[in-house]
Amino acid sequence: MRLLRELLFPLIAVLAAFLVGAIFVLLIGDSPIETYRQLLGNAFSWPDGIGYTLFNATPLIFTGLAVAVAFRCGLLNIGAEGQLYVASFATAWVCILFGGVVVDVFGQPVNYSVASLPSIILIPLACLTAILVGALWGAIPGFLKARFGSHEVINTIMMNFIAVALVSYFTQYHYKIPGDPILESAPIGEAAHIPRLGRFIPGLPERIPLNLAFVLALLACALVYIFLWRTKWGYEIRATGANPSAAEYGGISVRKQIVLAMAVSGGLAGMVGINEVMGYHHRYYDGFSDNYGFTGIAVALLGRNHPVGVVLAAILFAILSRGGIFVDAFTAHVSKDLVQVLQGTIILFVACEAFFRGPFGRFGLLKRSKV
Amino acid sequence: MKDIFTFTLLLSTIHLATPLVLAALGGLYSERSGVINIALEGLMLAGAFTAAAVTHYVGSPWVGLLAAIVAGILLAGIHAVACIRFKADQVVTGTAINILMIGVPAVLSGALFLSSGSTPQIPKANLIPWTPVVLAVLVVVVTYYILYYTPFGLRLRAVGENPEAADAAGINVRRIRYTAVLISGALAAIGGAYLSIGQSSLFTRNMTAGRGFIALAALIFGKWRPIQTMLACLLFGFADAIATQMQGVIDIPVQFIQMIPYVLTIVVLAGFIGLSRAPRALGIPYQKER
Repeated sequence: MRLLRELLFPLIAVLAAFLVGAIFVLLIGDSPIETYRQLLGNAFSWPDGIGYTLFNATPLIFTGLAVAVAFRCGLLNIGAEGQLYVASFATAWVCILFGGVVVDVFGQPVNYSVASLPSIILIPLACLTAILVGALWGAIPGFLKARFGSHEVINTIMMNFIAVALVSYFTQYHYKIPGDPILESAPIGEAAHIPRLGRFIPGLPERIPLNLAFVLALLACALVYIFLWRTKWGYEIRATGANPSAAEYGGISVRKQIVLAMAVSGGLAGMVGINEVMGYHHRYYDGFSDNYGFTGIAVALLGRNHPVGVVLAAILFAILSRGGIFVDAFTAHVSKDLVQVLQGTIILFVACEAFFRGPFGRFGLLKRSKV
Repeated sequence: MKDIFTFTLLLSTIHLATPLVLAALGGLYSERSGVINIALEGLMLAGAFTAAAVTHYVGSPWVGLLAAIVAGILLAGIHAVACIRFKADQVVTGTAINILMIGVPAVLSGALFLSSGSTPQIPKANLIPWTPVVLAVLVVVVTYYILYYTPFGLRLRAVGENPEAADAAGINVRRIRYTAVLISGALAAIGGAYLSIGQSSLFTRNMTAGRGFIALAALIFGKWRPIQTMLACLLFGFADAIATQMQGVIDIPVQFIQMIPYVLTIVVLAGFIGLSRAPRALGIPYQKER
């Protein structure tokens, strides 16, 4: 029953956003029904629909969890985008440094590495790099807030831009193969590739890029749940988020919790690098993120900052982002950018919870619940 | 080295700072009243797209500019209603508007102009390259006067610092905040319009490229004060201008120059260069006591 009530409000927000989207589509002169059929209808076919949807959901689960953990501590991490960029670059760097000889874009064997580690060591090492570098980049605004009281929202926004500039500098000046027209790093060592799930699941072809990082994302959800609700640290983070002065009075160091929460948040965002670098591009590809960090805010909000909700919301947004391609191809006027419109509207409605509690509340649709 | 610091550099500094000044001063109204406005980026995009599209259809940049202002006010209205009426999280709402404004212009230009996110070219005769610059200077002067020498300015500051006390003194907190947020929408939209029908001659996808956030940075760097904020915008505009001029001249990667505004903002916010203190009630919805 409680679950149902938790699900009801996000569902209403999504439906309301779809309604706004439908009006928008209608005004443009396309059929809303056909548009939504293209947008949502292709997600459930096996294996392509489901495979690609879960692949697209993987980075969103990571960023959604990242934003959710910070939210639970009363912090808004708008910096997941920067954290995932820096972490992805660092991951690629480690995978190149210890990856041995690779074949470059021109088909020539090149060696940028200092050592050639076997997969069993290199993969965990690279994953750890992604987490730690993301955590570090996230901890900086956490520290700035704890030490100087400067607002984490502004600092994370600023650090996004710094991150993008920094990794673009490194890619352009130090890790690009000379002559490569695309802003990307050298390929990573083959030992650092993580297998696609098609290798293990019958009926799922290996051309679908869904990889082990998805399993890792689900594992991260479980771990975040245990961390937040079953450990002392998680309790202290939630206590800080619920009421910082009460937490401080109860003997919790609010400053420590802020840094910890931002570090965990950044680490989760950094895990996007595992999916993108080791599971998909097999190199650092400048500007690869399709606003994953910002979509993560929508995912966390819609998912009620709960791991289970995050997975569901990530799947919804993954369906939308893939559906956009079909909208582009098969409708007359509407483009895939409709997805952004829907996403923005969903966030707006979720943020304006009071709007629904007002008019609809009277009909008993939504009782004021403590969330 | 010497030929870099020229009249051209001064000109391009002014041109690059103009949209920042307009957006940042817009943000100043909103934030001094206690409403965080990270939607500046989205508001600028709304202004840029509307200005270019309307100018294309009507053929007059003045109508385009006016339409941009209306669009900015309407969009800021959504932010205002969400934040003030429904007490939504102001940062979240701002983020929603920014995401929305990546989508809306793109969908509309796809439908109206069959392009993937840009408007048709506007003939050179229909551009207004200098009006927004003059407007920006005027806005700074007028804002300074309003903020410190008029009853509205006093109320604005009171509402942002201590809404309870302001309310007790008979000030309508909500009305002041609504007004402030709508003004911020209008100003940010003019800043955006300048990009599409002043500096260049069309709207392109995501053409603000983070300028809304740099304006926000300038606002913080300028300690939420009009003159200092303008100086911060000029500084950031100068950094941008020099980055463009130095390409290929001196071997400093552009990326490091691009970082300057962001690093400075973090440093200033941490209190290393004088204290930068936000309005006390910034980000807190006002709940009238019953």
